[in-house]
Amino acid sequence: MLRRTLERFTLTDLFMWLVGGSIILLVVVGSVATLRAGNYTARHWFDFVVFGIAQGSVYALIALGYTLVYGILRMINFAHSEVFMSGAFTGYFIANSMSRSGFLDRNPIIGLLAIFAVAITTSVTVAVLLERIAYRPLRRSPRLVPLITAIGASFFLQYTFRGLYGSQNRAYPEVDALDGAWSLGGEFVIQKIQVLVIVAAALFMFGLYMFVQRTRTGKAMRAVSEDKDTAALMGIDVDAIIVRTFILGAALAGAAGVLYALMFRQVNFFMGFIPGIKAFTAAVLGGIGNIPGAMLGGLFLGLFESVGPTLFLDGLGIPAPYQLKDVIAFTMLVLVLIYRPTGILGERLATAKA
Amino acid sequence: MNKKTSFNWLGAIQIGLIGGVVALLVSLIGMVEEFSQRDIISGVITMGQTLIVIAILMAGYFAASRAAGEAATMRAISGALAGLVASALLTGLVVIIPPLNLRSIFPNASPALINILTFNQETVVGILYLLITGAVVGTLGGLIDILPAQIRRSVVLALFWVGLLGLLQELIRVTLTNMPQVGAALKWMFGSRGLSIPGAVAVFIVVAGGNYLWAARGGQVQDRFRALPPTQRRASQWGGALVVIAVLLYLPRILGPYLSEVANIVGLFILAGLGLNIVVGFAGLLDLGYVAFYAIGAYVMGVLTTNAIGQNAGQIVFGPEFSFWQALPIAVGAAVLFGVLLGIPVLKMRGDYLAIVTLGFGEIIRILALSDFLKPYIGGSQGIVEVGQGEIGNFVFGTPQTLYYMIFAACLLAVFISWRLRDSRPGRAWKALREDEDVAQAMGINLVATKLLAFATGAAFSGLSGAIFASKVGSIYPHSFNLLFSINVLALIIIGGMGSLPGVFVGALILAGLPELLREFAEYRLLMYGALLIVMMLTRPEGFWPEATHRRELHEEFGAEGEPRAEIVKTPGGAR
Repeated sequence: MLRRTLERFTLTDLFMWLVGGSIILLVVVGSVATLRAGNYTARHWFDFVVFGIAQGSVYALIALGYTLVYGILRMINFAHSEVFMSGAFTGYFIANSMSRSGFLDRNPIIGLLAIFAVAITTSVTVAVLLERIAYRPLRRSPRLVPLITAIGASFFLQYTFRGLYGSQNRAYPEVDALDGAWSLGGEFVIQKIQVLVIVAAALFMFGLYMFVQRTRTGKAMRAVSEDKDTAALMGIDVDAIIVRTFILGAALAGAAGVLYALMFRQVNFFMGFIPGIKAFTAAVLGGIGNIPGAMLGGLFLGLFESVGPTLFLDGLGIPAPYQLKDVIAFTMLVLVLIYRPTGILGERLATAKA
Repeated sequence: MNKKTSFNWLGAIQIGLIGGVVALLVSLIGMVEEFSQRDIISGVITMGQTLIVIAILMAGYFAASRAAGEAATMRAISGALAGLVASALLTGLVVIIPPLNLRSIFPNASPALINILTFNQETVVGILYLLITGAVVGTLGGLIDILPAQIRRSVVLALFWVGLLGLLQELIRVTLTNMPQVGAALKWMFGSRGLSIPGAVAVFIVVAGGNYLWAARGGQVQDRFRALPPTQRRASQWGGALVVIAVLLYLPRILGPYLSEVANIVGLFILAGLGLNIVVGFAGLLDLGYVAFYAIGAYVMGVLTTNAIGQNAGQIVFGPEFSFWQALPIAVGAAVLFGVLLGIPVLKMRGDYLAIVTLGFGEIIRILALSDFLKPYIGGSQGIVEVGQGEIGNFVFGTPQTLYYMIFAACLLAVFISWRLRDSRPGRAWKALREDEDVAQAMGINLVATKLLAFATGAAFSGLSGAIFASKVGSIYPHSFNLLFSINVLALIIIGGMGSLPGVFVGALILAGLPELLREFAEYRLLMYGALLIVMMLTRPEGFWPEATHRRELHEEFGAEGEPRAEIVKTPGGAR
């Protein structure tokens, strides 16, 4: 047994083990050094964690869009990040006009719902058009073709919205009701906006889960993702189900867009790119095609990214570790894909193709 | 729906609506206004108007072809209807914009746009003009559909050339003014901002006539060429190649510094494209982090040759002051090393996972270059300045015209290597890999070596390109090395035709050359790349100059010139 393993052990395997080992070593050494230096109090860590969870729930919402589409079409919808952006960006205009008329501060709940409605509508429209124009004609093409189309669509949408709405940053208005923080006793406080993000994201995810598990459409979606041809034979309209999948993913992305904008207070045409990649990472992390996996992966990635730079890198004496948070996210993406392409929850779909 | 004729009016209206939405979008994203500074035909039609005309023309054409089988007049009428509907949507814009003041949302919904759409007339008259023009253009689109296939092809090609020459008017004039022999002809052909009317007519007649004649008679020429004995055929091909090289060598003297600079940019993209062509086109490994190797080549060149060392020049402490020629092999070597190092982890990945991982690598490299962490070594966001220049004796590769020769030599080398590799054992192994990885492995191809060779060769070309780029610009900033570069290179090889060497040149000329020449394009560069990628994948996934051409020549499968031959659609990534 051991001999067989050794015989199969090649130089490239050795290299991979060395890379993996040194990264783990770096992480451990860095964490120990940071904790021993004690520059950060419990309150700092608490803030990092809460921020990480809030950020992670947004990632999870976007990741669900990737996972849903991947589960059904086996393609990475590279333009999903632009679906997210379009919702947030369009939501800005209604948020801004409501804020200027004072409506948003007087009726924050109705106002926020209106923003969500506009953002979700826009995202859904974009996604449906995308599916109809760019993806549907290519359903039977070789894998690379729809992927390249998706990349093209991503840039096309980005620069279309840049042309439509302008290239400058727009600042989302402040909502009075969401300003400030709640004290949790002692030195621990939690920002209201972060609570909203976490609760709203949890609600959306719960809604999605129930939809997929309990409704007829959800059942059909699961059937199509299992086997398109058989599902068609069972009388399921595969094209319609695919459109509905895109709609669901886009609705979540639009909601995520508003939450993201409320948290970071800024929108522009390029805002989708980085969260998009991260959400994809989250989807892969949880096991792409797997709905609870995407939620878990999102939270995990958000936490990692928020706590990681300080925990791992600060102790190593690296200046401005927060600049490198994206490096941590991308490194995680690469590591997961290399060492465990099936993700945390090990969806078997992924083994068939990675 | 009219029962008597059972004619599909709704179809024409639907297509008209789509055309109108496209025209609306083009207007609202600002292309129409931005492009209105340039005339295609001087004083007659601007480039911005051309965009709208094309949208309506296409609507008319598709509406007419949807009515195929009807009488010609019906097809023309449905074209007109589609054009009318499309322009009606645009009039909606004209009516809505002034009272609602949409500029706070759509910055491009400006009065200038309205003026363009209404031909600088009063609102009511302008709307009337717009509707009439829309109907007329739609009818013309319908007429294009009615024409016999060969004439239609000639007409479309001629229109394309009129547009192209009109666009490049400035360029052609600047280039050719120092040739007095053609001065008079130029003056006759070009107006102040585009083609003159007689010039446009002449171009149209020449191109359409020439194309029609070539279609009728060109087959004979090709037959005669193919009837030649192989030695003579090869000799004439070599002769052709030598003539092209001689012209290219003489080019910078004609072009002048500005156009030489453009040629250099195109050349660097060709070089990088040739590298990615090996990775994506030959081996079918979709690499979205290609910029990493370009950055590594540039940074190694910069760090090794910069003169700006010490306190007065950022914080770069490492600078052994190599000469350009000493640093060049090191830069290429470093790129190759990273190509292999980044290649090993992704050996087992395929398709979209590979794309995402390589994208991640590219971003990691960029963020690291930008970070304070590596600032003491490579300058962080302040970059590296005073990168060394290559020199041979007294000949310094500093000006665009001299650099041209260095880039030209590098491209020549890369073309030669690609060409020889393509037809050799590794090249065939790559293609086998591209078609089906499992089968390739079963046939005894060493996947690890084959993939790593592809990554290494691709990285070498990219590193070379980056190193020359660093020397050409003289300074390096991390912002130059973002994802857009990778997408740019990917787009150019896809447009040209994946795996095709001439395709790389075509793609680079279109995607890197045109935006440099036409400033207006620069703004909408990525928008058009995106649209081009989608349209190419939907209609012609094999690219403009597909790889299989030579194979078809061997198989004597020639259709009419310029006819897309869809029976062999070559796209890599057949692996599932």
